[in-house]
Amino acid sequence: MNVIFFYIIAAAILGFSILSVTSRKILRAATFLLFVLISTAALYFLLQVHFLAAVQLMVYAGGIAVLIIFSILLTSNVDFTFEKIDWKKQLFSGLLALGGAAITILTLLQFNFKALVQTQTVTPDIRSFGRAFLSYDDGGFVLPFEVITVLLLAAMVAAIMVAKKSKQ
Amino acid sequence: MIEGIDITHILIVSTCMFFIGVYGFLVRRNLITILMATELILNAVSINFVVLNKFLYPNVLQGYMFSVFIIAIAAAEAAVAIAIIINVYRRYRTINVENVHEMKY
Repeated sequence: MNVIFFYIIAAAILGFSILSVTSRKILRAATFLLFVLISTAALYFLLQVHFLAAVQLMVYAGGIAVLIIFSILLTSNVDFTFEKIDWKKQLFSGLLALGGAAITILTLLQFNFKALVQTQTVTPDIRSFGRAFLSYDDGGFVLPFEVITVLLLAAMVAAIMVAKKSKQ
Repeated sequence: MIEGIDITHILIVSTCMFFIGVYGFLVRRNLITILMATELILNAVSINFVVLNKFLYPNVLQGYMFSVFIIAIAAAEAAVAIAIIINVYRRYRTINVENVHEMKY
């Protein structure tokens, strides 16, 4: 059952990501990107990392996709269609991407992944995430957590400063 | 861990997603679509971290943590990028990268 679900999700991720980089209507590309992000959240649910799936749905699918659609509506005409891309550039970029993917997949297939045989495992639920975020002993993440709060604040202030109308 | 699924299958999916993002980054000429290709790349990397942690090191949380931080940084990056895009649109009336020759004023 899970195997079938995994292949459905994988097909959705790949199909929608190809559509989102090749679609010639910009709003359609953004919608396909939203589908890719939701399928990724489904993959996290399948891997039973529920906290991360919820974060992915809220921040990516709920926040970033809406932000992108909002900026599309502010800056472009919705009916606008991109002109056809120069075939030389398309061929070059496609060959580069295919070559990179081929090299990486060949390496992956040859590499021998050894799982760490461990008797104690951490279940990735919200309780262990919260403890790890705020713990300051070995394996704790309180410093990056604080740094990222400052980074988010700085980014929001910078976004407002850049986007606001100048005085003159 | 999903029963019956090898780790390489999930890694192949995320590799393909990464290189689709690279292709989009190279081919697209519109700033917003370039930003969308970047989001694809970040998403693929985030899947990689989760899968490697889940399958190979189930006794630690480091990979999940990296994914959470990637998502947070992607949110900050998208906000700043969209502010810049709106500002560029206000100055040049276009967001095509070939028509925006200078970013300073």
